[in-house]
Amino acid sequence: MAGSSNIRARVAVYAVLGILALTAPLLGIYPVFLMKLLCYAMFACAFNLLLGYTKMLSFGHAAYFGSSAYITGWLVSVHGWGTIEGILAGVAASMLLGIAIGAIAVRRQGIYFAMITLALAQLVFFICLQAEFTGGENGLQSIPRGSIFGLIGLGRDDTMYYFVLAVFMAVYVFVRRIVGSPFGHVLQAIRENEPRAVSLGYKVARYKLLAFVLSASISGLAGSLKALTLGFATLSDVNQGTSGEVILMTLLGGSGTFLGPVVGAGVVVTLQEYLSDHVGAWVSVIIGAIFVVCVMVFRRGFVGEIAWRFAHSRFGTRRTAE
Amino acid sequence: MTTVLGVPLPAILGQLTLGLVNGSFYALLSLGLAVIFGLLGIVNFAHGAFYMLGAFAAYIGLQAFGVNYWFALILAPLAVGLLGVLIERLFLRHLYRLDPLYGLLLTFGVALIAEGVMRDRFGASGKSYPVPESLQGAFDLGFMVLPIYRAWVVAASLAVCGMTWFLIERTRLGATLRAATENARLVQAFGINVPLLVMGTYGGGVALAALAGVLAAPVVQVSPLMGSSLVIVVFAVVVIGGMGSIIGAIISGLSLGIVEGLTKVIYPEASNIVVFIIMAVVLMWRPAGLFGREQ
Repeated sequence: MAGSSNIRARVAVYAVLGILALTAPLLGIYPVFLMKLLCYAMFACAFNLLLGYTKMLSFGHAAYFGSSAYITGWLVSVHGWGTIEGILAGVAASMLLGIAIGAIAVRRQGIYFAMITLALAQLVFFICLQAEFTGGENGLQSIPRGSIFGLIGLGRDDTMYYFVLAVFMAVYVFVRRIVGSPFGHVLQAIRENEPRAVSLGYKVARYKLLAFVLSASISGLAGSLKALTLGFATLSDVNQGTSGEVILMTLLGGSGTFLGPVVGAGVVVTLQEYLSDHVGAWVSVIIGAIFVVCVMVFRRGFVGEIAWRFAHSRFGTRRTAE
Repeated sequence: MTTVLGVPLPAILGQLTLGLVNGSFYALLSLGLAVIFGLLGIVNFAHGAFYMLGAFAAYIGLQAFGVNYWFALILAPLAVGLLGVLIERLFLRHLYRLDPLYGLLLTFGVALIAEGVMRDRFGASGKSYPVPESLQGAFDLGFMVLPIYRAWVVAASLAVCGMTWFLIERTRLGATLRAATENARLVQAFGINVPLLVMGTYGGGVALAALAGVLAAPVVQVSPLMGSSLVIVVFAVVVIGGMGSIIGAIISGLSLGIVEGLTKVIYPEASNIVVFIIMAVVLMWRPAGLFGREQ
């Protein structure tokens, strides 16, 4: 299917995006906003690995994002850990959490999986609410960004931006690599037809658990970076609202496409940034309405829709019986 | 004073009745979820929002129109049930052919909209709804004091659960409903209007949630967010009980309410997570839930 012009178009898109990303701070866009966007984009890419490529709808991904934010924030600010060590510890924590929750959740499929991940994430939320180290209702404030092994200080917004951008790009390439690997193909086989994957002899539960743990770990990485970037970790990072947002980002941008979650994160974060000052409680109404529209008429998402139109105009199969 | 494990008996009994009250709400809500899931194959995430709307309908009715509790008990579920019917017609109907996950996502969006609108109108703080005069006061049972309203909530919920069970398991309408759950196309071929049945079922399930909301209004604070964390507990209850079974929903709802109440006495810190822990344990032991069938 991948014609040469298709590849050329893709290269062009990535080149433009890459140049934009590298020059964005020079163009006068507020770097903290960009970093926040990148963190959520990373989070959505991790989520997409599950929803888009394995069709597992986790309704509790905030648990990994938020707990990693707490762990990193706590180690860096209270215990004086270095930035990199703090991030790694946060990722390790979310990975362990992913193993524990994933091992239980992959026992059921579809909507049960969604409900179980939601319930266990609520358990994590209550633990964060009551634990000492999270600062309860106040959360952790003024988390220092520190430096990379004492060599490069991250206090300045532009340095921090390039650090976050580098991590984001590495994660993006990593996710693409996973999806393209034999492991990723098994995941997509599970997405298309789970009973058949079982009958072909794949240990489906094991594949799903591995995908879940990978996704949880990357979500944790995103959470850690978000905590360092903005300097705080609060209960809203770990509550169900955040779990809902990451679903929306993935859905809106196009689940099962590489760029979709990034686009979706861009739209949602931008919306929140501008809406929260103007409309108050209506943010949640607008987010809810976007959910409804997405599910009713826009199930492919932005990137999915573009890709679909592109493919169908080219091969003349537009409007055939679906 | 009599004590059990170092805790005074009246405290235990008090928490036990509170647990039963909560368990009644869990039972009503998980019953509605189970009925909707059975026929529509959709997990209704908006269930908590409909519960909240039921409570608000009673509150608004009283404040703006002077509708008393007893009328609210009938009118609020009707109004919210109609809203449910509308949502089924406008949105859910178009999703039945798709993956059930879309239904979950759609109702999640509906819940966000409902909560946002109510928060904009009424703020996030809780409103109190008075206990109706005829249900004020308490029975003195000798070993404990039982507030009449709590006893009423438990009795009313059990009665409604029982009636729903009877309707579904023992009447002709219920038989049709169960048949449509098994094979909708075949039932349609017998000349039964299945889409209407589906619409009515969704409306009925939603009305049950709203009824729970009205019953809850005098015992909890009426607030836009009262349903959003409750619905997650109810999901856990449903996973524990097993989605298919009506009796399972009722029994596990009530018993988990009691367990939660007792945890509040023995180890208060764990009281809001005990249901989730039980869920995890049940899943490891019986993935299909206590009353569920393995597909």
